[in-house]
Amino acid sequence: MNIVVAMKQIPDLQQIRIRNRQPLFDDVPLTLGTIDKNALEAAVVLKEADESIKVTVLSAGNEEVEDTVKEALAAGADEAFLVLDDALEGADSAAIAAVLAAAIKQMEDVDLILFGEGSGDNYSGQVGSRVAELLNMPQAGYVSAMEIKGGNAVVTRTLEDCDEVLEMTLPGVISVMAGLNEPRIPSVTQILKAGKKPKEVLELDEVDVDIKKLAFTETISNLAPESNRKKIVVKSVDELLQGLRSENLIGR
Amino acid sequence: MAGILIFSDKTNLALELLTAANSISSSSADIKAVTINNDEQVQALSEAGANVYRINAADLIMADVGAVAAALGQAAGELGSDIILLSSNRRGKEIAGRLAQVVGAGCLTDVNSLETDDGKITCKRNALAGATVANQYIKADKQVIAIVPKSFAPAEGGSGSINDLTVEVKPSALKLLEVKTKAGESVDIEAAEVIVAVGQGLNSKDDLVMVEELAKLLGGEVACSKPVATDKKWLSEDRVIGLSGKKCKPQLAIILGVSGQVQFTVGIRDAKTIVSINTDDNATMNSLSDYVLVTDLHEAVKAMNSAL
Repeated sequence: MNIVVAMKQIPDLQQIRIRNRQPLFDDVPLTLGTIDKNALEAAVVLKEADESIKVTVLSAGNEEVEDTVKEALAAGADEAFLVLDDALEGADSAAIAAVLAAAIKQMEDVDLILFGEGSGDNYSGQVGSRVAELLNMPQAGYVSAMEIKGGNAVVTRTLEDCDEVLEMTLPGVISVMAGLNEPRIPSVTQILKAGKKPKEVLELDEVDVDIKKLAFTETISNLAPESNRKKIVVKSVDELLQGLRSENLIGR
Repeated sequence: MAGILIFSDKTNLALELLTAANSISSSSADIKAVTINNDEQVQALSEAGANVYRINAADLIMADVGAVAAALGQAAGELGSDIILLSSNRRGKEIAGRLAQVVGAGCLTDVNSLETDDGKITCKRNALAGATVANQYIKADKQVIAIVPKSFAPAEGGSGSINDLTVEVKPSALKLLEVKTKAGESVDIEAAEVIVAVGQGLNSKDDLVMVEELAKLLGGEVACSKPVATDKKWLSEDRVIGLSGKKCKPQLAIILGVSGQVQFTVGIRDAKTIVSINTDDNATMNSLSDYVLVTDLHEAVKAMNSAL
């Protein structure tokens, strides 16, 4: 059984600083999406229970992805399939989905494609759904539990007010929920071995997708919101309650 | 403005979408609401003034996102709607990408405000895990926009119409085995007028008792930052505020022992008044608050409880 885990390279969000409302990306290390790591861990757990499973990490992005993806290889993926072009950095979800779907078509017999419910940086949650449509596969999102039974996946989709237990005929697309599991921290040996795992690297023109035609969205600005809070520093609980009472916020 | 189609699996959210659609369209005749196997929603939408197109097809299940997207794509084609508004709840977000792919549209999700400007629909949405607010628009003629719940008030009043719509439904590769309604004490912190939120500055689970008392005295609900629920498991996850939790807009939010990372603040920054009580006078939370009290939160809560 072949499982593909689609992962996005993102800046480490904990290290982004804001200056004059602008996010600063200088010297911010690159990593893979947090929820994507949950998806990878879920695949590796399935693999540990069934040795016949092969886990391929799939990513489309700039040249630096080749280095960033080692993190996933160290954490248990068997091999990497990458489509690299600097034009893919920050590309529209529609473009990335088309590239990923084209790449999956070049792989052999993919049974299951895993995504995180959203990328760490944009969290738009479109790419998994778009890929499912492009490949004409069933999908289940916000999956909080899954098992493989014969040719089917039995999954739990967790919505705001209920859980749906679904049986999905494979091949199919599953997007996992944030916090589904605790992604493993690779050992030093695993990190050293990761560099030797097989990597297939394609250029953008090898997947035959014209990403310029799929640039649907335009960003006018992307700034930290202005905070116009009063920031009144009070010295005691009494003073605080007095302030809140004067605004009619308590004791109504 | 081109024709607008609205759809949500939830009636209250569909009513919000109707308001959103009205805000970007000058003609209510251009707005069409689609329902799927939901007679109660047909009624509610038509009574709120929507032109409703109801799809009743027993073999179309809401759990099959591909089938729902295919049905909505057919509806949009038939009704001439280039713009599709969905709710950005989980179901709506999952449908959004697939439907955009079906109709060849650009797509934005998690949108919390819409404005029309020179024929463009500009959308605001959180980016970089809430650190920034992106102002974006879709360049393509066909647009799928998923709108965050509660960004618009539900529509009410008006006289709509009810029409039938037939769509082709393909055999499904998904079987719904079971639906489990979430059990246990369910709490809706998003509806609360007062929130008392605790972070990792809280010493122990036992200290929650006095925090709960404070919330009760203020007529509010207890909420928390994510680690308090997921790591410490002191509170249930339906009380988590933030990027991966609830977005609350209370009149008053009292934030206790929270450092104020964007992953948390994105869920509370729409509160009318924010109070931060914290031992760290450099906490980011303080700069995002109206009142700041630098002190031990446990002492402050005790003092407030006895004063109230």
